[in-house]
Amino acid sequence: MGLTNHSTGISAIDSGLIIKRQHAKDHVVALAGNPNVGKSTLFNGLTGMKQHTGNWPGKTVSNAQGRYTYNSESYILVDIPGTYSLMAHSAEEEVARNFLCFGRPEAIVVVCDASCLERNLNLVLQTMEISSKVVVCINLMDEARKKGIHIQPDQLSKRLGVPVVTTIARDKKSLPALTKAIQQVTQKPAPCVYQVAYPEPVEEALSLLTTVLQKKTHHKLDNRWLALRLLDADASLLQEIKSLLGETFLEDPELREAQEQALDLLAAHQITPTKLQDLVTASLVSASEEICKDIVSMDQPVYQFRDWKLDRILTSRLLGYPVMILLLAFLLWLTITGANYPSKLLSDLFFWLQDKLSALLLWLCVPLWLHDLLILGIYRVVAWVVSVMLPPMAVFFPLFTLLEDIGYLPRLAYNLDRPFQCCKACGKQALCMAMGFGCNAAGVTGCRIIDSPRERLLAILTNSFVPCNGRFPTLIALISIFFAGLTGGITSTLLCALLLTGVILLGIGMTFFVTWLLSITLLKGIPSAFTLELPPYRRPQIGSVLVRSVLDRTLFVLGRAVVVAVPAGLLIWLMANLSLGDMSLLKLCSHALDPFARLMGLDGVILLAFFLGFPANEIVMPVIFMAYLAEGSLIEPGSLTAMKDLLLAHGWTIQTAVSMILFSLFHWPCSTTLLTVHKETGSLRWTALAALLPTAAGVCLCMLYTGICHLWL
Amino acid sequence: MTSTISLNQLAPGQSAKVKELKTAGSMRRRLLDLGLIAHTEVMCLGRSPLGDPSAYLIRGAVIAIRTKDSQNIIIETS
Repeated sequence: MGLTNHSTGISAIDSGLIIKRQHAKDHVVALAGNPNVGKSTLFNGLTGMKQHTGNWPGKTVSNAQGRYTYNSESYILVDIPGTYSLMAHSAEEEVARNFLCFGRPEAIVVVCDASCLERNLNLVLQTMEISSKVVVCINLMDEARKKGIHIQPDQLSKRLGVPVVTTIARDKKSLPALTKAIQQVTQKPAPCVYQVAYPEPVEEALSLLTTVLQKKTHHKLDNRWLALRLLDADASLLQEIKSLLGETFLEDPELREAQEQALDLLAAHQITPTKLQDLVTASLVSASEEICKDIVSMDQPVYQFRDWKLDRILTSRLLGYPVMILLLAFLLWLTITGANYPSKLLSDLFFWLQDKLSALLLWLCVPLWLHDLLILGIYRVVAWVVSVMLPPMAVFFPLFTLLEDIGYLPRLAYNLDRPFQCCKACGKQALCMAMGFGCNAAGVTGCRIIDSPRERLLAILTNSFVPCNGRFPTLIALISIFFAGLTGGITSTLLCALLLTGVILLGIGMTFFVTWLLSITLLKGIPSAFTLELPPYRRPQIGSVLVRSVLDRTLFVLGRAVVVAVPAGLLIWLMANLSLGDMSLLKLCSHALDPFARLMGLDGVILLAFFLGFPANEIVMPVIFMAYLAEGSLIEPGSLTAMKDLLLAHGWTIQTAVSMILFSLFHWPCSTTLLTVHKETGSLRWTALAALLPTAAGVCLCMLYTGICHLWL
Repeated sequence: MTSTISLNQLAPGQSAKVKELKTAGSMRRRLLDLGLIAHTEVMCLGRSPLGDPSAYLIRGAVIAIRTKDSQNIIIETS
């Protein structure tokens, strides 16, 4: 299931690695595994939570925690980012490695994809070097069976010396075996686990070090593992070890001497640090290969060429890009069409209810000012947010989620890597950008999948150049009102979808341009290494995604409507009714902003609405309507037609609409996104730049457009 | 007869075996973690719309690698 409440908005901000124990007896269990093997689905199944899941490697970028009880004992499950190995490359892999190595979980579940067990075993073997409290969980058994892959879990368990269970994460009936194995491991660790044997000189060097380490009884890390790390000298890892065992531990003279002896021994066999790395990895890979030979059998070659047939269309030279754009347009068309009916229904309902409420309040003899404040202030803004803004958000979100579940997003990154490469950025930025359509804050957090800090920063700074879910309704409403027509027929919805696609493409184009601009100015550098896995397509859980996602989004928007729209409504009403001298505060503010706004083709009210929409983009349009009404309009906007009349009455032209579309595409990100940027970059300067870049782009484009219109039209 | 070329020269549909990696640092680790050690079979599946990166089948997984990186992976074709 795609983006959920837990992965968007304010919850997208990572809370870091603090285990929230409620009792001293709580068992801490880590859920590790390669990317995209269904860890988050397992996590949700066990804890009943709703972590973000989707078919692309790397959507879990921070540790998530949840609880479950089994046999009256309680467990804290920590879902850590997927990683291929414990020799970390990226920020997100470092999170995984540090927790496994230094978080001292009481059990580590390594989740494997049954379809490619061999590659997954690499991580299992590496994890078993750190801890013997390992449970191997072979997931996605159903998919493997369909592909004709047979696995003997009992044999594997015998071979490795740790419990092995098989699961189908989506099927909760397969989970008790896992919880039982976890309990078993936390109570009684396996006595004798399989260890990878390294080539002779490496083993000799290791034994030199382990003899010394055994005397130093720190009991915090496995000695053999520590010895190996002392030899391959990964700087960031050594730093972590120091902070765990104390600065002086590694300075111990006896240990230093053994370390030098061991390194000399390796050097005598022409084993350089790089060579050692190769030998270690090759040993792990060969061990996995060797183990799998006896345990896995296949009816046919493992790779499904059927998948590649689909990829040949979706990533082909001729069709790749057109299909991408058509898919986007189709998604938007579904959103517009699907949102029309509920929108109409809701708006009728709300305005019917408004009359009733108003009558009720008058009957109760409440003072007129309170009646106006409640009905014309608060109720009306909430009504607009719910009836106009909510439906497109609630429809687009699940559709996007389905696309994510199928596994299309990595293909997007594959197709767009070349252009990003030209901007000296990483193709995975396309994934973050796509996440941004759902929620910019989630997109910014998602940037952790990018290894290089420079490229990650590029992706973070440019994420809000694509419109998020909260901005879609504004764009749809404006395009429908001014360009596509309000008939609601197939032609007008199609036209609207196409125009909206154009607007989004403009956003994407701007993303490329600004990325390029940054990479030749502030963030100069060469593109770093890039590998991207294209996972097999999966059949999405259509039913549950639709229900869950629509419900989630609806509740989310409703919740935010209360938190943000109610105060905004209150504020606007107060501003309209409190006056300083002979002008209301609202007039005063909008007049002050007006001259500058006019340069951009907007008016003071619109610009003011953008400021007030800082906490949430979906309240911008409602605030505009509200402010116009407070200025003494006679038209009550219920339907889009009435909205059009209201806007026209306040001097809107097609030029105003274009400027407004441009500015809602490019302006400061919402408060949550900026908080996330600050959390991710740890710097106020970069956060300020993340706000400044889209704002500058918006102001410039609007002024340019308005200038051109004035000169030629 | 075997010939030695770099991975980016492998045409879509062709297979070969890895001979050596001429990269260092994090890219080398990443490739090794994918199981790209000597004698591993690699098949080129295709290229992205603009010709770069290309997709390769490595130990049952489809991995996209940029030309810039794949030209440092030396392979043997038979």
